[in-house]
Amino acid sequence: MRAIRNFFNQIKGYPSAIVGLCIIAFMVCLSIYAVIRIPYREAVRLWKGGENVWIENPRNARPAWFNLFYQEKQPLTMVMKTTENPELKTVTDLGNGISAQDIVFEFDYQYDGFPAELSLFFTSTFTTARPNVEITWITPDGREILMQNLTIRASESYRISQDTRLPRRLNGAHPEKGLFADPANPDKVLKGTYRLVVGCLTFEPGSNIEATFILYGKLHGFAGTDHLRRDIGVALLWGAPVALSVGLVVAVGTSLSTMCLAACAVWFGGWIDWIIRRLNQIVMIIPLLPILIMIGLFYSRSIIVMMGVTALLGIFGSGILTYRSMFLQTKTAGYIEAARAYGAGSFRIIFRYLIPKVVPVLIPGFVTQVPSYVFLEATLAVLGLGDKDLPTWGKLLNDAYSEGALLTGHFYWVVEPAVLLILTGFGFAMVGFALDRIFNPRLRGL
Amino acid sequence: MLSIESARERAVPVRRRSSGNLWRIAKYTFVKGTALLVTVVIAVYIAILIANMGGYVDEMRKSELKFQIAEEINQNEQMRVLTPQERKAYEEEIFQVRLKQLDLDQHFIIRSFKYLWNGLSLSLGRAIYISSDSGSPHVDDIIGERLAPTLLVMASGQLLLFFSAMFFALFLSRRYGSRLDRLVVAMAPTSAAPAWFYGIFLIMIFAAVLGWLPFGGMMDAPPPPTFWGKVGNILKHLILPISAMVAASFWLSSYYWRTFFLIHSSEDYVDMAKAKGLSDRGIERRYVLRPTLPTIITSFAMTLIGLWTGAIVFENVFNWPGIGRLTQRAINMFDTPVIVGVTVIYAYLLALTLFLLDIIYAIVDPRVKLGGGENGS
Repeated sequence: MRAIRNFFNQIKGYPSAIVGLCIIAFMVCLSIYAVIRIPYREAVRLWKGGENVWIENPRNARPAWFNLFYQEKQPLTMVMKTTENPELKTVTDLGNGISAQDIVFEFDYQYDGFPAELSLFFTSTFTTARPNVEITWITPDGREILMQNLTIRASESYRISQDTRLPRRLNGAHPEKGLFADPANPDKVLKGTYRLVVGCLTFEPGSNIEATFILYGKLHGFAGTDHLRRDIGVALLWGAPVALSVGLVVAVGTSLSTMCLAACAVWFGGWIDWIIRRLNQIVMIIPLLPILIMIGLFYSRSIIVMMGVTALLGIFGSGILTYRSMFLQTKTAGYIEAARAYGAGSFRIIFRYLIPKVVPVLIPGFVTQVPSYVFLEATLAVLGLGDKDLPTWGKLLNDAYSEGALLTGHFYWVVEPAVLLILTGFGFAMVGFALDRIFNPRLRGL
Repeated sequence: MLSIESARERAVPVRRRSSGNLWRIAKYTFVKGTALLVTVVIAVYIAILIANMGGYVDEMRKSELKFQIAEEINQNEQMRVLTPQERKAYEEEIFQVRLKQLDLDQHFIIRSFKYLWNGLSLSLGRAIYISSDSGSPHVDDIIGERLAPTLLVMASGQLLLFFSAMFFALFLSRRYGSRLDRLVVAMAPTSAAPAWFYGIFLIMIFAAVLGWLPFGGMMDAPPPPTFWGKVGNILKHLILPISAMVAASFWLSSYYWRTFFLIHSSEDYVDMAKAKGLSDRGIERRYVLRPTLPTIITSFAMTLIGLWTGAIVFENVFNWPGIGRLTQRAINMFDTPVIVGVTVIYAYLLALTLFLLDIIYAIVDPRVKLGGGENGS
């Protein structure tokens, strides 16, 4: 307890460390929230799910809060379903098993921007005679536009925006623009109450029809969506636990095992020392990234395998030489000789006397290492070798990059994961630097 | 007479010591060189094992070969007369011949040693799919063609970074505690992000939003006709990559060198020099830079190593036609000879750097014990 209080007293002198600790605390909270809010299986299902999962989301929509900064307010997505609101539908029996089911989608459109897409989805039940629908659009100023006359199957989708005949009735404008345009000024939206009237005729008793109308907005959610309509927020949230666990596990694992190995090498000397030094030399010569790329391509892209290899190579990396030289100095210290004199065993000396001596160097070391592993994951993802299942920040960057987000101006797609990555990196680096200055006597006061 | 005699007497041991020194340097170099060579062999062998994933790539090549032969026979009008059995036998015959041609009939273990020898002797063979811009399928041509662009961007960036950061740090260590100094300390953690990451931001700002500089590549698509036009064009394409490199590491390097110089200028002999009234520059040159030369050289060598290995993602982000892009392409196309070639070249370059470092160390640092070397590394 006193040690912790002491630590906080010391760290108070470094404002950057406090900022860093706050960032780390925020990331930890974010990770816990992510894991509770979206369980692992759900996250994987959402991220790998295609159109079926994300049908109600617009493509490449910007975050919803962008409206705060826009002069011209952009629309959000509107979804209207007869299954959820049965009052949208009125059924009148016409006898002979024929019935008219009229569905009216009525909505108030007060945005300055045109929607991104319009779609209608039908599901119907019948045995032989397929129902017929007539779709009409009624603008606030009372114009009626007959859009389509369809005989529908059990499941039918009518993508209004992709209807090639509709523009002829709209003076050549795209449906999502032409349907909302002010006749006096085709570049402006006519605000007011719009109605989409779907007049259905069913020809069998018990035949039923349900419809969903989706008006895709230009903005969506707190993070926007990508080219597959996926909510980027899912990946942003889940990127946090992945980044933190990758960074912490690899950094802690590597530095602890490096330290133990170095201690053993120095204490036992002889062939153990020789082997460890040769391994170190080999690892120094093996280029890490090409090896990781090959493993990712040929064996497995699982994040566990990739990070396992990184850790394995990291254990024998240049850090082992630093620890080795430190242990060589410590080995000659008087208290080690005293321990040996009273008959302490090798392992007792290593773990009770040698290792505690270098812990002050170890802690800042691994804290500053965390960002490098977080970014290594992102690096692999940017090369297209990210984990197959998990949504991560690096994979978002990779998607954005391969879809040309920078060329098409979808900057939010790049900036959001990048900001989170850099925040995590800075947080750990700030704390690490401050710890280094606290623990390293040569740096004290510099 | 007496004085000459004693001088000669004194001279003899001196000469003997210097020749002994030479002998020891040679022995030391030899020992270090052999050890490194062994490590290179092991490292390259590991790379080959991984690249071939225990022979799996060969299986892929074999099945591809079979498919190719079947296609050829299908398209050949004269083969139509053969019965299915005859055809199969003929296919098998051609397949065996091709296997022999490609050395695929031996067991992987034997072939892996063949690959190893070829790799080590730098006869890197032919690429499977990739060919160089001049049309050559030889791996050494392909790699050789890509070396220059990588060297251009990485060397100019890293050298600029190294020297600017070091001299800026010397300047800072003189102004310890000033506002600029505190700024550098505060900015040091920004180097947690790698250069390609800053590259994305720079591309976004200067290419996508402002449109001042190109998105990537080394030259515009129809290259400018004149020589100087080409040079100017390349320079324009170099601005963003080099800025990304400098932005990523400048603060951390400055911080590192500044702290390093500060520690070394608090040594007693520096205080002594100050007390003698030497000029600041003289103190820096003779009492700060000179004793820290080994560390500076190490760090420079590490910079050189980083120069080679850092290129892969960096060149992909900037679409730079160097070794990094080549590696990525080879990997996407499963072109094993190219991958192994690149890894071997990397391993050689790293080993060479380490070897030179050892020798320079032995010359520059009086503390490294020649010949013994148990504790020195």
